[in-house]
Amino acid sequence: MSFGILEFLKSLIDLTVFDYMRGVWGDQRFVEPVLDLIGALVVSTFCLLIVIFLIWLERKVIARMQDRIGPNRVGGKFGLLQTVADVLKLLSKEMITPAAADWWPYNLAPLLIVIASLLMWAVLPFAPGVLGVDLNIGLFYVLAVSSISVVSLLLAGWGSNNKYALLGAYRSIAQLVSYEVPMILSLLVPILLASSMSTIDIINAQTVPFILVVPISALIFFISALAETGRTPFDLLEADSEIVAGFHIEYGGMKFGMFFLAEFIGTLFMSGLFATVYLGGYRLFGLEEFVTGGGWALGRLLGLVVFFIKMFAVYFVFIWVRGTLPRFRIDQMLNFNWKFLVPLTLALVLMVAVVEKLPFMASLGDVSRAGVHLFANLLLGLVTLEILRRFARKQRMAQEEKLAARAAVNSGSEPGNLAPEAVAAH
Amino acid sequence: MFSDWQFIAIFVVLSPIFPLLPVAVNRLLGPQRPNPIKQETYECGIETVGDTWVQFKVQYYIYALVFVVFDIEAVFLFPIASAYNQLGLFAVLEVVLFVVLLATGLAYAWSRGVLEWV
Repeated sequence: MSFGILEFLKSLIDLTVFDYMRGVWGDQRFVEPVLDLIGALVVSTFCLLIVIFLIWLERKVIARMQDRIGPNRVGGKFGLLQTVADVLKLLSKEMITPAAADWWPYNLAPLLIVIASLLMWAVLPFAPGVLGVDLNIGLFYVLAVSSISVVSLLLAGWGSNNKYALLGAYRSIAQLVSYEVPMILSLLVPILLASSMSTIDIINAQTVPFILVVPISALIFFISALAETGRTPFDLLEADSEIVAGFHIEYGGMKFGMFFLAEFIGTLFMSGLFATVYLGGYRLFGLEEFVTGGGWALGRLLGLVVFFIKMFAVYFVFIWVRGTLPRFRIDQMLNFNWKFLVPLTLALVLMVAVVEKLPFMASLGDVSRAGVHLFANLLLGLVTLEILRRFARKQRMAQEEKLAARAAVNSGSEPGNLAPEAVAAH
Repeated sequence: MFSDWQFIAIFVVLSPIFPLLPVAVNRLLGPQRPNPIKQETYECGIETVGDTWVQFKVQYYIYALVFVVFDIEAVFLFPIASAYNQLGLFAVLEVVLFVVLLATGLAYAWSRGVLEWV
């Protein structure tokens, strides 16, 4: 098979260009490493370029939610080139290393955090057959690599030798480390259902998307993804109004830009992972499998489009949450994790494991199994809500008692200060 | 199997370029005029007081300890989950026992007030 420019372009549109190149080059030793190199370059470049768009999107959507216009000057009516201008500005800034900083940790942190957020993309499938590599421990690899960002946050906070930075780093470690537990445990549920850690196998197992099978697991994963990427309402690791900017306060220019970059890549990756694990990834009722040998088949392209729609839908929810919710306090954040999410996730894992092995499950088809799981999940959700309701009721009663006691004291010492009707109205 | 990791290896070697390149460009384009005041620690506007690297709140340490327990648990649960359709009833009971043991650990930590932020 020889190289033809027309066939090459066609394979580009089909997204089968790697198979085409393999056909052209034959099975020589250099082929696979070179293709891997190109693949890695494409994935990384995609990540860097999409961030420019993501920042613009986030600013525009948040602005709309807050009844503002958002960027509208640079690059036409919609301010499309605003982020490009920002990047150019960052590039022309002076790079300052504080005299008190510890040089190696201080400069290593922005590199490590970007490397970690890039490496995660290696196992994310964009379209059928279009992914870095289908590792048999895919999700495990993702969790392992994403933990590197914890280390780089600590390096940044400690290396800056700044009290706010160190406070931010402590908060980040407490938060990232805590929310990793529900994230890992909630990802166990799809792994258990698909009996595999490979992202491709998990997509193939989703005759019914897992969000309809185990909605609680999806919800827990989404919440812990919010926390792991440090976004509102869990943005207390950079909380600009409390600790100025947290761990990256001492960084300027492109070194600061690297933290920003990593945050956006990480958020988009989490949306992509959510789309893959819970929304069926590139699947669209089997249409995406429509890749034939010689014919003009756009199955892969369709899969890519479907995946991107799903990923950006989830990303929009990330932005939406940011536009809606205020920030947590650190004790609320930790309590919510350890006293609510972790017990709930443990109960969920146990329940799914038991339901999966119920005697009648083996004889059921995929859809009815999904139905049984969904029923069990909703039951667990109801029980959780009931427990929460009782707990909230108890708290409210205690609060009201305290208020009533205070009112009684007030009306005793200073009559007329608070009328009895006002107390009753409480 | 081994060729799977070839891509990861190439990616790992390649990936430092992407953060290094913008930083290097910044270094070339940006001015370089350091002075002592510019390089001071940036806090509230007044000069920084005291040492930064001091002892920290013990609470962070305790949360980290609880995390380690659950992280190790996850390492054991992942292989079980990925082979779950091949496991018999006995293995399921073992999983239940394992998770219940860990939940007991969490309940103990909770009852001892380890999970309170003070």
